[in-house]
Amino acid sequence: MNDLFRHAALGNRWSRTCFLALCTVIVLAILVPAVSPWALDEVDWDAIDQAPAAAHWFGTDGVGRDLLTRSFSGARVSIAIALLATGVSVLIGMPYGAVAGFLGGRVDHVMMRIVDALYALPFVLFVILLIVVFGRNPYLLFIALGAVSWLDLARIVRGQTLAVRQEAYVDAARALGAGRARIVLRHVLPNVLGPAVVYATLTVPGVILAESFISFLGLGIQEPDTSWGVLIADGARTMQTSWWQLVFPATLLAVTLLACNVLGDRLRDALDRRDTVRPTPVAARDASA
Amino acid sequence: MTTYLARRLAASLVTLWAVVTVVFFLLRVAPGGPFDGERRLTPEVEANLRAAYHLDEPLVAQYARYLGMLLRGDLGPSFRSKDFTVNELIAGGLPVSLTVGGLALALAAGLGIAAGTGAALARDGPRDRWLTFAATAGLALPPIVVAPLLVLVFAVTLGWLPAGGFTTPAHAVLPAVALALPYLAAFTRLTRGSVAETLTAPHVRTALAKGLPTRRIVARHLLPPALIPVVSFLGPAAAALLAGSMVIEEVFSLPGLGRYFVQGALNRDYTLVMGTVVVYATLILVFNLAVDLLYSRLDPRIRLGRTGRGG
Repeated sequence: MNDLFRHAALGNRWSRTCFLALCTVIVLAILVPAVSPWALDEVDWDAIDQAPAAAHWFGTDGVGRDLLTRSFSGARVSIAIALLATGVSVLIGMPYGAVAGFLGGRVDHVMMRIVDALYALPFVLFVILLIVVFGRNPYLLFIALGAVSWLDLARIVRGQTLAVRQEAYVDAARALGAGRARIVLRHVLPNVLGPAVVYATLTVPGVILAESFISFLGLGIQEPDTSWGVLIADGARTMQTSWWQLVFPATLLAVTLLACNVLGDRLRDALDRRDTVRPTPVAARDASA
Repeated sequence: MTTYLARRLAASLVTLWAVVTVVFFLLRVAPGGPFDGERRLTPEVEANLRAAYHLDEPLVAQYARYLGMLLRGDLGPSFRSKDFTVNELIAGGLPVSLTVGGLALALAAGLGIAAGTGAALARDGPRDRWLTFAATAGLALPPIVVAPLLVLVFAVTLGWLPAGGFTTPAHAVLPAVALALPYLAAFTRLTRGSVAETLTAPHVRTALAKGLPTRRIVARHLLPPALIPVVSFLGPAAAALLAGSMVIEEVFSLPGLGRYFVQGALNRDYTLVMGTVVVYATLILVFNLAVDLLYSRLDPRIRLGRTGRGG
């Protein structure tokens, strides 16, 4: 497992660059808001709508808030939501896939037909509906995003479970009188963990994207808190006069997504040496907003 | 074939019904209603409004009424845009969204298949590396990043194309390109992988050994089987394009379906939200069905139902 990640992150120069870029963004997201002389919502009355300068490296926004601080506070929010949502998707997708794969037969068939049907629906619609119905708060946002991102994971875990189910140690456990629940929890889940972790990692950029999309529409994170989606939406409104308000957050988002995608590809390759022929739903999801 | 079609249609209708039901009850349990405005209404006015829209009836009766209306193709009156029915609003918005979305899908699939095939045929050469890199980068450029940048460059700075609105064909160009870009990248990667795999298939090797012209091998032997996974991605891609168009319509101020959905959601205009969701779901289900029917044309071995084409 560790070898897998090491291989993916440090395999060649290009993936090392991406790994480094991702680490830089994360470290800056932790450090910048902590050491910045400006607070998230602090207004510098002498520098409203100002281009990048010594006092404000990324410039300031339309009401004079430091864009460097805001960009990396936004990074914190975007990344935290992505990680939490991914956690939620693991909590749903893993048991779902394991149960379907382990029970097999008709139960498996029905459970997978449901997954297929859900694939056909544009999920952002449902996330938006949930947000409208239950109010805009960050907790709901990540739970809702996680609740719609588990489909790929369920499929992968099911496939792995089908293989693991045939193993001798599962037979041995059954012969020793272990119940189904115990076999799934103690013998199946630990052994499908590797691929599940890889695919969970691949979920992260998709969720970052979805969050920025929803915040861009004004339905996600609310002022004075911020996220990349909020900043890019603001930047898009003022780009004709103040390019930096769009360019910095947009670049950060693009770099993060690029790095995640490249590392994700490497991970997938390391896990499965064959060229993937099936349309990898995760790649599709990464592309979708 | 007919049995298959009937079964698939029935399954699609069940999915549609499930979507309608979930969304209907989801919207009704939401706190707040369509008539909560800045201006407080007197209780009598509000009661009359609720009665006029049948919101005072029990939930189940409202649900039955809505299903009945749906069967007649009536999506009801808009709660907020008082002079319009939802049908009228959607009739205005749908052509805009379909134009932009269709153009984007054609761009993404057409160029993506061409680029992916080109990359796979020049495998591990410089052309392959550049195309693969561009495709990976393209995936990292979502519409919310690309759309504003395109406006900044092509509309504001260069002034070649209009920045917003929807009156001439030129207005569809930038939105379609912004929408298509990540899917163009996805189609390229998918096609590359699939074509590269098919290149090693025995029937392609035989064709090569017989010395058939490359053009003929690609068109007759390589692409049809290689495109099957690509075609199966058309369904999810179309669904995602519809969702992506919400942002695109916002950035380019297009009066499309996505805008009505977002506006309806923000204003708690239940009927408008329901209407757009019904139209979205129908579009996607129909499209997925069409994609599945396409399969059997690409690979005669895939027989749909019991009596397949020629079987």
